Parts: sequence; structure tokens; C-alpha cells
Amino acid sequence: MEWLAEIIGAPAAATLWTLAKIVAIVIAVTLSVAYLTLAERKVIGYMQLRLGPNRVGPKGLLQPFADVLKLLVKEIIIPTGANKFLFISAPVLSLMPALAAWAVIPFTDGAVVSNIDAGLLYVLAITSMGVYGVIVAGWASNSKYAFLGAMRSAAQIVAYEIAMGFALVCVLMMSGSLNLSVIVDSQRTAYGLLGWNLLPLLPMFVVYFISAVAETNRAPFDVAEGESEIVAGFHVEYSGTAFAVFFLAEYANMILVSALAALMFLGGWLSPFPFLPDGFFWFAAKVAFLLFCFLWFRATFPRYRYDQIMRLGWKVFIPLTIVWLLLIGVLMRMSWWPW
Amino acid sequence: MDFEKGAFYFFATILILAALRVITARNPVHAALSLVLSFFTAAALWLLLEAEFLAIALVLVYVGAVMVLFLFVVMMLDINLDRLREGYWDYLLPALVVAGVMVMEMAVILGGRYFNLSEMPKPSGADPGYSNTRELGGILYTDYVYAFEIAAVILLVAIVAAIALTLRKRKDNKYQAPSKQVSTRRADRVRLVSMPAEKRDPGEAS
Amino acid sequence: MMERIRSFFRTFLLFELVKGLMLTGRYFLSPKLTVQFPEEKTPQSPRFRGLHALRRYPNGEERCIACKLCEAVCPALAITIESEKREDNTRRTTRYDIDLTKCIFCGFCEESCPVDSIVETRILEYHGERRGDLVYTKEMLLAIGDRYEEEIAQDRAEDAKYR
Repeated sequence: MEWLAEIIGAPAAATLWTLAKIVAIVIAVTLSVAYLTLAERKVIGYMQLRLGPNRVGPKGLLQPFADVLKLLVKEIIIPTGANKFLFISAPVLSLMPALAAWAVIPFTDGAVVSNIDAGLLYVLAITSMGVYGVIVAGWASNSKYAFLGAMRSAAQIVAYEIAMGFALVCVLMMSGSLNLSVIVDSQRTAYGLLGWNLLPLLPMFVVYFISAVAETNRAPFDVAEGESEIVAGFHVEYSGTAFAVFFLAEYANMILVSALAALMFLGGWLSPFPFLPDGFFWFAAKVAFLLFCFLWFRATFPRYRYDQIMRLGWKVFIPLTIVWLLLIGVLMRMSWWPW
Repeated sequence: MDFEKGAFYFFATILILAALRVITARNPVHAALSLVLSFFTAAALWLLLEAEFLAIALVLVYVGAVMVLFLFVVMMLDINLDRLREGYWDYLLPALVVAGVMVMEMAVILGGRYFNLSEMPKPSGADPGYSNTRELGGILYTDYVYAFEIAAVILLVAIVAAIALTLRKRKDNKYQAPSKQVSTRRADRVRLVSMPAEKRDPGEAS
Repeated sequence: MMERIRSFFRTFLLFELVKGLMLTGRYFLSPKLTVQFPEEKTPQSPRFRGLHALRRYPNGEERCIACKLCEAVCPALAITIESEKREDNTRRTTRYDIDLTKCIFCGFCEESCPVDSIVETRILEYHGERRGDLVYTKEMLLAIGDRYEEEIAQDRAEDAKYR
């Protein structure tokens, strides 16, 4: 960076450097999404005693690129009576938050684009905008299935965002900061694994993770696109590249919430055993495990009924999180904390 | 013109255009989406004022939750635009009066001596370690704790009142209790009867 | 009462969900059943009903006598036959078309044939690239029969004792 600053001046160099970091993250996320789709098909195949795609490239490793190529050359069909501007902008609206939130995610100690103080709040605010892509898509498609999907998705995301927020408030109380790097550092103890937020906040971790599955509209909470009821929900009218962008957004969101869970509850880049060094490797491994859980859930559980989803969100998770919030508060106040 | 000023004019232009769109758009969904855009740009302006906590809270609460529900309702309504437009111009005079009063009030406050630049200087660039969120929390839970708590209680009462007003039980409403469904065991539905095996008498004609 | 307490704890410890996850987890690790098709194939029965063929007698004379039983029995109306007398006064087909896009591979034509002329072979990997490619004519069916006669004869011999 220093040599660049000498050539074009410090402000321009800083801008370029940030831009380079953004591009690197976007490319990394896109590649991860590509291989997550492959992993999904492989994992679900394995759980159904199949092999999954294994023809394109060695062991099917080039399959995602074949899929992308297929989607890119397909025609984007705009339905009659659809609102063209909103129809096209909806996929972008859903992809933007999924990528923008990565700005504050620290990959290892100090490796973060923007180390802002209210990082967690920023992530929550940005991800809460992802629902607009779904709603706008459902409305602009001028299709009843898409509209039903959008309605379901809006209600579901608003319901689970509250439970998710409360679960994160517990983390904030434990670490006393909104900065994601500080949150990870607060989990650093001499006991490795035992120092993570996972142990004292285990119910909150479960609530957070289930809410995350619901937030990203993944099975078993995928009523927004329930194939058997409303065809494909909000993206029923989308094809080609526009569909690919929705796909990208959904998987980028999955990776994002997994990364957040890893940072918040599983100690980010900290090593689980005190005698092993910390590093990006641990963070990647934790995110990969959580993503595997996403796929595992999809292969295991049947889709929830819609009223059961609402009941779980409002009547089970929110009371549970509030009770645990009180409990943590009392424990901290009384200093009954073992560490 | 430095970067900050340029950013301000950029966001301000978008904000005003979006706000205009809110009141001129024929389609209520377009109006609601324009409102979302104006909230978002307003948040960007607050960021320029170094009020990042407020800006993010604005996005989180208004853009992320309130406007979603708003859109939810607007999309469900089947609004007849022509009926809505009827008598639009009849209200021009009262509307102009109200607008004029609002402009006057804002001029008195903003142009007067309470909020001019010498009284309310623009935030001097704070050092990087300064945490807006922490400061706000500190003030909120010490100096203004009673006001804060009272506001929270009032909101809670409002929520309860709103729910109580709209809650009604319909007699023909079919409702399933998932907790009951889940806790059902086999023994509740099926009775296993133990019966001795019967043997056909070999002499009997079948 | 005890039951209620137990079910409460089961619910909050996600007992049943974990049980389901363990099941899929076990399948994840167990050996896979997939047959890698072009390289590996599942075993076929001698009664396999695939692509059709018309057979000949060992002396080269075609078996079909244009009795049109197969045409009559075909439930999908996939077979079209036209016939006339040949110079040696035997009745022979001038046209024997099978529309494979209609055919449901029920094997009735083979069952009805009094001279074992129309048979279904073990061939299953054939395709057409143009409309009409899957309408097989008499010449094509005879060619298939000539080419796979050995296999067809063996399959018939194996199955003969059950007929």
C-alpha cells in the first residue's frame, strides 16, 4: 500500500486499497456460494445414499461453473403486467444487503474492511433490508404465487428478527461491545473451547441458529418458496440471470449468518484448544460446520406448517430469549460467573 | 468542494426527490418504496453528522421493520386510485396553509438563535476511539434513565392497548393447538386390546 | 404428570430433532448405492423389454407373415403394417413401422406374434435427434434383428421353458 501511496497520493491509494479488499471479499463470497451449492447437492445426495453431481470436472468440482453458465445464457422472462423496473431491481435489492454486511465481518485478528464500533448493529440493520428483495419481487411479478410467497416471507422474517436480536443482545451483555472483533476477543480465555459464548449461552445459540435458518428462508422454514404449495414462492416468475442473483443472495446470506454465529458464539478465529494457534483456519472451519448443519437440516426435516412457524417465533423463541436475558443479567450482576 | 460536502448534496438530492415521489406517486406501493429510500438516505445524512447509532437504528427500525409491515398492508389493500384522487385539488388551500405554518415554524427554529451554527456547531471530527453508541448508552441509562424507562412503559401500554382493541374471538374460527398436537401419544388415540388367539374347530364346515 | 415433565424436557432438548439428525447423519456416512450408469450397469433380465427388432429364419427369410396380430393388440397404436402378396404367393409386409414415441414397451406384440418375428431386445440406449427419428421402419427393425440375432436367440431359449 505504501508504494501505491507514493505514486498516486494517500487518499486515492486508500480508496483503491479498500476497493481491492471489497473486490476480494465479493469474489471470495461468490466462489463460496458456488461451492456451497455443490456441497449442498453432494451432502443431500450422500444423506439419500446417492453420490450427487460428479460428472463435470474431477468429482464434479466444475459443476457450479456449468450451472452459472447455464443460468447466464438463459433468457430473462418478464411477465406481462409485471412492473418492469421493480421486477429487475428486486434481485439486486436482495443481493445488496447480503454482500454489504461483509464489510464489518472480521476474518481473523484485524482482517476486516471496516472495523466500526457498531458493527453488529450495522449487520442487523443491513440484513433486515434483505426482505425488501423478496417483497418487491413478489409484488412486481404480478402473480398470486409470488405474492403469497412474499407475504409469508415478510411475516416470517419480521417475527424471527426479534428473537434473533434478543439472542444477540445476550452476546452483547457478555462481551460489552458491539464491535465484532471485540466480541471475539472477549471470548479469549485460557480454557479455549470453554471460554466461548457457546457454553453459557447454549440456548441462545440454538435460538439464534434456528432463527437464522428461518431468516434465510431455508428448509425446514422455507414456506416462502414452498415448492409443493406455492410452486416456488416469490421467485416463481424469475429466470436466467435474475434467478441466479436471487440464488446468490440466498446462499450469501447463509454464509453470512453462519459467519456471524461463528464470531458471536463459537469464538471466531480462536482455537478451541489452548495449545493450538489461532487463525483464519478455525474461523473457516466453524463457518463450514455451521453451513453443513444448514444442509443437514434440509436433508432431515420436513417443512414446517405456516402457523407453526409463527407460533415457534412469537410464542416460544421470544419468551425464551427474554427469560434467558434476565437470567444472564442476574448472573452478571451477582458476579456468579465462573470466569 | 470537499468529499463530505459532495456526499451531503448527493444524499440530500436523493432524499428530496424520494420524498417528492412519496407524495406524487400514483401507486401506493411505489410511494411506500420511495419512503423506504428516503429513510435510508436520511440515515446516510445522519451518518455524515457522526450520529452512526441513530442512523443505524433508523435503518433497523424504520426500514427493516416498520416499512415492511407498511408495505405488507399497502400491498394487501386493493385501492381504487380514481376514487382516492377525487377532490384532490379541493384540499389544496387547507394543505397550503398547513404547509406554510410548518415552513414558518421550521424557519423560526432553524433560522433563529437556538439552532444556528454558532449555537449548534457541526460535530468536530472525533478521534477514532470515540464510540457514539457507548456515549449514547451512558447518557440514556444515567441522566435520562427515568424518561427512557417511562417512554418504554408508554410504548408497552400502547402495544397492549392496540392488541386488546383489535383482539376478537370469532366463534366459527377453527384453531389447532400445536402444543396439544405435539404432545399427543399413541395411547391417547389407539387402544391395544389383548385377545386370545381363536382356533377353528376342525370338524366344523368352513 | 411424570409423562408431562418428560415430554417438556424432550421438547426443549430437541430430542426428536436430534434423533432425526442422527439418522440422516448415519446415512451420510454409509456406503452409496448409486450405479455409475455408462460405466456400470445394473443386471438385465433375459425378459428385458427394450428396442424392438424383426427376426429372420436361419436361411435368411424374414419371419413376419403380416398377420397383423401385433398391430391389433398394440394398446398404444404404435404399430402400422401394410402387406401384399410377394411373387412366390406368400403374404409379406411392405411396411412395418413402430412409432417409438407412442410405444409403451408392454411387450404385447412379442407375446402375440405366432412366428416369434417381432421381439423386444435388451437395447435401451437409443435416441433420436430429429422429429421422426424414433419412427422405426421395417428395414431398420430387420437390421437390428440381424445385428443382435445371437443375443435375441439366446434370450428366447433361456425363457422358453417358462412359456
